[in-house]
Amino acid sequence: MHISLTVNGQPYTVDVEPRMLLVHVLRDVLDLTGTNVGCDTSQCGACTVIMDGRAVKSCTVLAVQADGSEILTIEGLAKDGELHPLQEAFWNNHGLQCGYCTPGMIMTAYYLLQTNPNPSEEEIRHGLEGNICRCTGYHNIVRAVQEAAQRM
Amino acid sequence: MAEKLLGSAIRRREDPALITGRAKYTDDLKLPNMAYVAILRSPYAHARITRLDTSKAKALDGVVAVFTAEDVAQSGIPGQVPVGWLLPDMKIPTRPLLAQDRVRYVGEAVAVVVAEDRYTAHDALELIEVEYEPLSAVANPAKAVEEGAPLVHDDAPNNIAFDWEIGDKEATDQAFANAAHTVSLNLVNNRLIPNAVEPRAALADYDPVSGRLTLWMTTQNPHIHRLLMSLASLGLPEHKIRVIAPEVGGGFGSKIHHYPDEAIVSWCAMQLGRPVKWQATRAETYLTDAHGRDHVTTAEMAVDENGKITGLRVHTYANMGAYYSTFAPAVPTYLYGTLLSGEYEIPNIYCRVVGVFTHTTPVDAYRGAGRPEATFVVERLVDLMARKLGMDPAEFRRKNFIPPDKFPYQTPVALQYDSGDYEKPLNKALELVGYEQLRREQEEARKEGRYIGIGLSTYIEACGLAPSSVVGSLGAQAGQWESAIVRVHPTGKVTVYSGSSGHGQGHKTTFAQIVADILGVPYDDIEIIQGDTDEVQYGWGTYGSRSAAVGGSAIAVSAQKVVEKGRKIAAHLLEAAEDDVAFEAGKYYVKGAPDKAVTIQDVALQAYLAHNLPPGIEPALEAAAFYDPSNFTFPFGTHVAVVEVNPESGEVNLLRYVAVDDCGHVINPLIVEGQVHGGIAQGVGQALYEHAVYDEEGNLITGTLMDYAVPKARFLPSFELDRTVTPCPHNPLGVKGIGEAGTIAASAAVVNAVVDALAPFGVEHIDMPVTPEKVWRAIQGAGN
Ligand code: FES
Ligand code: FES
Repeated sequence: MHISLTVNGQPYTVDVEPRMLLVHVLRDVLDLTGTNVGCDTSQCGACTVIMDGRAVKSCTVLAVQADGSEILTIEGLAKDGELHPLQEAFWNNHGLQCGYCTPGMIMTAYYLLQTNPNPSEEEIRHGLEGNICRCTGYHNIVRAVQEAAQRM
Repeated sequence: MAEKLLGSAIRRREDPALITGRAKYTDDLKLPNMAYVAILRSPYAHARITRLDTSKAKALDGVVAVFTAEDVAQSGIPGQVPVGWLLPDMKIPTRPLLAQDRVRYVGEAVAVVVAEDRYTAHDALELIEVEYEPLSAVANPAKAVEEGAPLVHDDAPNNIAFDWEIGDKEATDQAFANAAHTVSLNLVNNRLIPNAVEPRAALADYDPVSGRLTLWMTTQNPHIHRLLMSLASLGLPEHKIRVIAPEVGGGFGSKIHHYPDEAIVSWCAMQLGRPVKWQATRAETYLTDAHGRDHVTTAEMAVDENGKITGLRVHTYANMGAYYSTFAPAVPTYLYGTLLSGEYEIPNIYCRVVGVFTHTTPVDAYRGAGRPEATFVVERLVDLMARKLGMDPAEFRRKNFIPPDKFPYQTPVALQYDSGDYEKPLNKALELVGYEQLRREQEEARKEGRYIGIGLSTYIEACGLAPSSVVGSLGAQAGQWESAIVRVHPTGKVTVYSGSSGHGQGHKTTFAQIVADILGVPYDDIEIIQGDTDEVQYGWGTYGSRSAAVGGSAIAVSAQKVVEKGRKIAAHLLEAAEDDVAFEAGKYYVKGAPDKAVTIQDVALQAYLAHNLPPGIEPALEAAAFYDPSNFTFPFGTHVAVVEVNPESGEVNLLRYVAVDDCGHVINPLIVEGQVHGGIAQGVGQALYEHAVYDEEGNLITGTLMDYAVPKARFLPSFELDRTVTPCPHNPLGVKGIGEAGTIAASAAVVNAVVDALAPFGVEHIDMPVTPEKVWRAIQGAGN
């Protein structure tokens, strides 16, 4: 079946199987491979994207549910070659090592800062509840989100 | 002129691609006509396969092929997954790519499907009909050696894989006989699952015309994979295989090992003549990535009347799982028994380790690999003994530290520590945490019925693996040197080829820092190439905290060779004697005349033009180094955990975590600290949350991220870090390695803190993970 969606400002119409997951549409059909898959139980958050203004785990959304929606992925975050303050802050603070969790982590942080522009350390740690990073121990991720909050 | 970069906290050059989603991991790669692989896995820990029928799966629309062990055998390939470390008298069962007639752990590969898309490949798995005759299974290593336990391999009686010892048994028994005091401890070092966030994956492409296989895979060491693929699994000549590590999403040991899966995927590509890709699901990761730890241990410590340690005696059952994973035999032996001296002068040590087969996923190196287990044993015993003697745990440690003037120090368990100054990080850590003050607060809190605990872990590790002849004599079927080529191009730009293979450690940044300083060329003029067997001469890879110490040293040596060749050419150009030519910040000049200099870029161009080279000098400007270190490196440090335990609920709250590490010279503090943070998180994870649990039938009952608690952001505090610098005396950079320190130290620090908090209840030990239930039971059981 056909669905239409806008990803990073670009409209697409794609033909999908009813059971196809949004993350596979992004990765396999649209070749937007920045969004990663780290699990099969909706736990790791590596696949997080912004759908109609909210952070969602795109491994848990059927492509057909995304019909008509507006999606923002990690590839759409930098504007005109300018990194988003979150990207810049993750870079400055060494908020990533292997980088696999990073796109999802940044998108979750993006949503967190939309809803709470000035979070405390505890609020940041709670806000990242649904995202697992095995490399950084979160220390520098928290610093990065704090720095981004200040710059935004 | 280039600034000094060694030691500066520059942000990583790896990051722009990663933070914008442009980096390519294995599953991001696509090739024309690519098909997808899914692997059928045994649901039983132990069973005989009585029927295997793939016809329905083959008939499914979109399925390209379904293969079983029979097909693999018919193809005539060696089809083995070998073990890469041999111990005396060990039993070596063969490990097939696909199970033949018996399965030995849940998750063992039984059949493989190739289909046009991933969904169809997974659908087809359900159409494969397998009949199993379940057999009884055993998962616990201490139970597996009991008489009558089900056998994993018929030719390994009592499931004993090997029986290994180190140290002097008689002398140690004597020390215990003469001891003023002894303590003993029965402990379980909990089984862990590495959980790199990127699951393993492979993309194989075979060209029947050239007979070449290209394999992109999630690997920490592409050359080891090429070697084992060639020798044992596929039988393809080594030069016909190219292994590439694209971006790799973490490893922590799990991507060192050679598994059946990547070989099966490669074989499918060879059979079908079209590219095939496999991406493990997280469920497969849990069942098939080699697990870590899993020891059942009895440990004892003896002291004399002055409180000096005189003996340490350790007996461990180490779970190997159903087959040996690649370096599994080394982990509970040479990476464990040899570390039992810790930071202490212990004249007599004896350790016996029995490796045991069980019907579980194979166990191998996971971050720290043997050293966290050793540290846990030693640091727990030290705390127990301090308590028994009524001494402050910091004081007892000080009293028993190897003093700085005793280095090099020969331990009774083979290692010779080259350097160390253990009081420095201890003092710094105690100061940072405010130890005296904390002890007073602890007293006060206890009066109010609040239980605060302070736990120390003064650890040592041996890393930077390390002299090839030594590891060879201990059983390694691998070398442990590293290669580097530093190539200066005619324009003075530089490409460096390194045998290390980073997967999150920031090699491209730190290695460029090293080269920029030695050659005096701008950092941005240096490119680092790694993770490709066609580009890199050879490499033993990235694990064991060896990349800076061994891979970095190889780069430093080859860069220095480039400088020396350049000096000959520069001397010729300057019409001076070579000895009179100085080199500084990228410029050669006659000593005393720095104004008349030629740059290394000038020299590079002349080297390539070769119009006017000194006699006997070959054109071009590059050098290779094959660096084999003369010893391991010995990072050390002190970690302090502060916890509050709620005796009613059993909950443990990690309030603070202080780490003072000594990893020698620091190339990039940002990266070093990041390594410590990540390591601590994994150590705290082991101490408080993580546990791979098998039931009696050998089912993994913690097979998802829901049941196996990988620490989340809110489980952890911010960490307080500092360091001391005792340079490694035997490598050119004076670096020691920091990748595993956090994990090695943290689990002992946290458990010591919990036990310290519960001292008023008489609790002496709690096994990891220290869950609320275990805390509650320990309080009840301590009999107060
Ligand atoms: S892939 Fe893990 S939550 Fe979506
Ligand atoms: S950076 Fe590797 S998982 Fe977060």
